[in-house]
Amino acid sequence: MEMGKSRVIALLAVASIVASACSTSSGSASPAASTGTAPSVAPVTVSAAPSTAPVVEVYPRAETLYTTGKQWGAPSTWNPLDAGNMAMGVFGLQYEPLYMYDPLKDVYTPWLATGDIAAGWDTAKTTYTIHVRTGVKWSDGSDFTSADVAFTLLAAKNPALGSNLWTTGGVTAADATDASTVVVKFTKPAYQEWAQWLYNSAIVPKATFESKNNADILKFTNANGVGTGPYMYKTAAADRMVWVKNPNWWATAALKLEVKPKYIVDIVNSSNNVALGQLLQGGVDLSNNYFPGVKSIVDGGYGVTTYFAGVPYMLGGNTATLIPNTAKKPLDDPAFRKALATAIDTNDIVTKVYGSIVTVADPSGLLPNFSKYIDAAQVKSLGFTFDTAKAKSMLAAAGYKTVGGFVTNKDGSPIKLTLEVPDGWSDWMQAENSIAASAAKAGIKIDPQHPDYNTVVAHRNRADAKTPATFDLQINNDVQIGNTPWTWYDYVFRQPLPFGTSENRNYEGYSNATAWALVQKLDSTPVEDVAGMKTITSALQKIQLTDTPVIPLWYNGIWAQMNNTIWTGWPSDKGNQILPATWNGYWNMGAVLLLTQITAVPPAK
Amino acid sequence: MRRYFGRKLLTYTLTFFIAATIDWMIPRFMPGDPVAGLMAKQGGLSPEGAAALAQYYNNLFGLNHSLPEQFVAFWTSLAQGDLGRSIYVHGRPVTEAIMGAVPYTLALLVPAILLSWWAGNSFGALAARRKWLDNTVLPVGYILTATPYMWLGLMLAFILGFSLRIFPLSGGYGFDLEPALTWRFFTDLVAHWMMPFLSLFMVMFGGWAIGMRNMIIYELESDYSRYLEALGAPQGLIRKYAFRNAMLPQITGLALQLGVIVAGSLVTEIVFSYPGIGSLLFNAIKSEDYFLLQGIFLFIIVGTLLANFIVDLVYIVVDPRTRVGMRGGTA
Repeated sequence: MEMGKSRVIALLAVASIVASACSTSSGSASPAASTGTAPSVAPVTVSAAPSTAPVVEVYPRAETLYTTGKQWGAPSTWNPLDAGNMAMGVFGLQYEPLYMYDPLKDVYTPWLATGDIAAGWDTAKTTYTIHVRTGVKWSDGSDFTSADVAFTLLAAKNPALGSNLWTTGGVTAADATDASTVVVKFTKPAYQEWAQWLYNSAIVPKATFESKNNADILKFTNANGVGTGPYMYKTAAADRMVWVKNPNWWATAALKLEVKPKYIVDIVNSSNNVALGQLLQGGVDLSNNYFPGVKSIVDGGYGVTTYFAGVPYMLGGNTATLIPNTAKKPLDDPAFRKALATAIDTNDIVTKVYGSIVTVADPSGLLPNFSKYIDAAQVKSLGFTFDTAKAKSMLAAAGYKTVGGFVTNKDGSPIKLTLEVPDGWSDWMQAENSIAASAAKAGIKIDPQHPDYNTVVAHRNRADAKTPATFDLQINNDVQIGNTPWTWYDYVFRQPLPFGTSENRNYEGYSNATAWALVQKLDSTPVEDVAGMKTITSALQKIQLTDTPVIPLWYNGIWAQMNNTIWTGWPSDKGNQILPATWNGYWNMGAVLLLTQITAVPPAK
Repeated sequence: MRRYFGRKLLTYTLTFFIAATIDWMIPRFMPGDPVAGLMAKQGGLSPEGAAALAQYYNNLFGLNHSLPEQFVAFWTSLAQGDLGRSIYVHGRPVTEAIMGAVPYTLALLVPAILLSWWAGNSFGALAARRKWLDNTVLPVGYILTATPYMWLGLMLAFILGFSLRIFPLSGGYGFDLEPALTWRFFTDLVAHWMMPFLSLFMVMFGGWAIGMRNMIIYELESDYSRYLEALGAPQGLIRKYAFRNAMLPQITGLALQLGVIVAGSLVTEIVFSYPGIGSLLFNAIKSEDYFLLQGIFLFIIVGTLLANFIVDLVYIVVDPRTRVGMRGGTA
C-alpha cells in the first residue's frame, strides 16, 4: 500500500514537470501567440503602429527585395544615434541625412536640407546656415522642421553618443532661427568633419528623442520609430529585419524618386553556405557577403551579376593595411619597414587569395575614389612595388646582415616577427601566409598567427600613454570609404597616441609632429578647396612614402552579388553608378538610390 | 523518501553552484577585453567619443567592478532572473535573447528525445525477437547511431531540401511570412521544423534500438529467463520480464545521454540555421559574446540537471529497488 502511494506521488511529480515543460514549448513555439507581430528578441517597447502600415502576413515575392550581408546578429536596436549597432537600414531607409554624398562622383546632393553644401558658409566661414527642406513629414504625419535638426545637433553633445562635433569639431551654437533655418556657429571649424557630419548623421525627431537624451540614450531601442525615409519599420525577428515602403515619402514629390520594392527583408547572416544557397536559388536579391570564387558564381548561369562584369568585379571599400608596431625593433626603422613593403607580393594575394576581386592598393593607401588627391609622380619616385631583389639590397644597405637565409637585427639577434589576423577571417588568414612566404624570400622571417579577435585587439591596443603595444604586425582596415582623405590621415598620424579600451587610431604608434599638424590643417580646409587639399595630401603622402608608418596592401571590396531573377537594373560601372551596399553608412552614400533604379522582372508567361 | 530527495537536492544544488561558478569564470579569464573587442568593431568614432562609449559599455556590462564584486553581483542578479547584457544583441538583456530561442529548441528537443526513445526501444525489443527485423534494424541502427548529427543534417538538407525541395533549407519560418495564428504560418513552421527534427530523431533512434535489442537478448539469456522457461512459463511472460529489466539501463542511458543530445541539437540547429539555442550559441561564440555564452551554458546546465531529476523520479516509478532503498531497506 505504502509502495503504491509513493509511486503515485512520483508519477504526479513527473507529470507536473513534463506538463510545465510542454506548456512552455507549445505555448511559445508559435511566437505569434504571445508577442503579436514582434517575435523573439524584438523588445516590448514597441509603440503603436502607424495607421498607414498595411497589415499583411505574406510578402509577395514580386514586391519584396531580399538582402543579406549587413546584419551579423539579431536586429536589436533601431536607434539611429547608436550608429555602430543599429539594424540594417535604420539610417538611410528610415532616417535620413541632410545631404547625400556619392564617393564615386564626389558630389553632395541636398537631401533633408536644400542648397549647395558650400553655400551654407558665410564669407568668414565660421557660421553655417542649414536650409531645412520644407514639405517633409515624419511617418506619423507630423512636420519635419528646423527644430528636429537643431535638436539632433544638440544631442551630439551627449557624451554617450561619442561625437566630437562640439569639441574638436568646433561647433559652439546651433539654433533654429525659423521653421526652416538652423544657424550653426563655429570657432576653428573642422570643415572636413562638418561635411562628413552633414551626410553621415541621421536627423532624429525631437518629439521622440528629447526625453531620452540622457546618459542612457543608447538603451532606447526605438523599435517601430518615426522616420522621414522611404521605408518604415514592419517587423523584426532574430533572423530578419523587415521594412515596408513609406507611401508618403517626401522625395517622391520633391525629387521624383520612387523606391520600387514594397518590402525589404534583410536576412541575418548565417553560415556562408546557407547565404550562397539563398543567393543562387534566387531567395536573396542583393548579397553583401564575401564569397570566394565570385567568377564561378557570375559565370554559373544563376543570373548573378556584380558591379564590374569582369575583374575586379567589386568596388574598393577600404584599404587592408599592414600595421607595423613602430615601437619595436626592427620595425622602428623606416628603412626596414620600406624593405618589408617592397618584399610583399601583394599581387599574389590579389590573384591567389581573392581570385582578383580586389586590387593592389596604392602605396599612399588612399582609395580609388580619392585618386585625384594621389600625387602620382611622387608615388612613382618614392613609393614601393614588389621586388624581392630590391628588398634584399635595401636591407643590406640599411645594415641588416643575413645569417642562415634570414636577416638579423643590427646587434646580431635573430628577427622573427609575428603577423596576426583574427581567427576565422579566412581570406586574411590566407593572405598572411602569402605575406610570410614572400617576406621569407627577401630574408624577413614572419610567423603568421590567428588568435581570436579579442586577443588581436588586446595585442594591438596600448595599455596607457607610455606602454607600447605588444604586437609585431597586424592587418587592419578600419577606415571605410567616405568623403574626405582626412579620415585616412587621421587614422595613420593621430596625436597624441590614443590608448586603452577605446583606442581606434594610429595603431602603429608612429609620432610625427609635422604630419599631425598637416592632418589638422587638412581638417580645417573647406571641402570645396580641392587645390588646398591636394597640396596638404601631397605633403602627407611624402611622409607616408618616405617613412612608411603603415604598409597599404590591397583594397578590400564592397562585396555585392546581385541576382537578376526578380529584380534587375542593378548598379554597375556601365549603368547606374551607385554603391551597391546595404551596410551602415552606405545607404546615405547614395545606395538608397539603387532602390529607385531597380525594376521588377515581369513574370515569365 | 525525504532522505532520498534531500540527498538528491543537495547533489543537484552543489552541482549547480560549481557549474555556474565555472560558467562565470570562463568569460572573465579568457584572453582579451570584450569591451575593447566591441569598441574595435565600432567604426568612425572620434577618440574622445570612443573613450566615453567604452566607459558606457564597461558600466553596462558591469565590468568596472572588481572580480569578487562581479561574482557577488552575478549571484544577486541571477537570483532575480537577470543574466546580464549581451554583446551579440548590442546590450540587450541576455534573458531576452535566450527566451526568444528557447521555444524553438524545446520544440525540437522534447519530441525528438521522447519519440526516438519510445520508437527506438519498441523497435529494438521487436528486433530481438524477429530474425528478419534484426537483420535489417541492427545494421541500419548501427549506421544511424554512428552518424554525426551534422553530417546527417547536411545529407537531409541536400536530399530533401536542395534536390527534392520537399522541405525548406533553413530558418524557423519563411522569410516572406510574419507570425500569425493562421494555417499557412503553422504549416510553414512545421515544414521548417521537420528536417532538424528528423536528423535528431534518426541518430538517437539508432542508438536506442541497438541498446534495447542487445539488452533484451542479454535478459532472455539470463538465469531467471531460463528458469522461467524451464518452468514452462509462456514466452510472452518471459519477454515481459525481460523487457522490464532491459528498460532500466535505457532510462539511465537517457539521463547520461542528455548532455550529448543537447550538444547534437546545437550542431543540428547550426546546419539548418534554426533559430534556437544552438544557433544563438554559435552566434555568441562568433561575436565573442561572453555574457550570452555564460547565459546559454547556464540554461543548458539547468536544463540537464532538471532532466536528470525527472529521470530520477521516473526511476522511482519503474524500479521497485529504488523505492525499497528509499525506505532504508536493501534490495
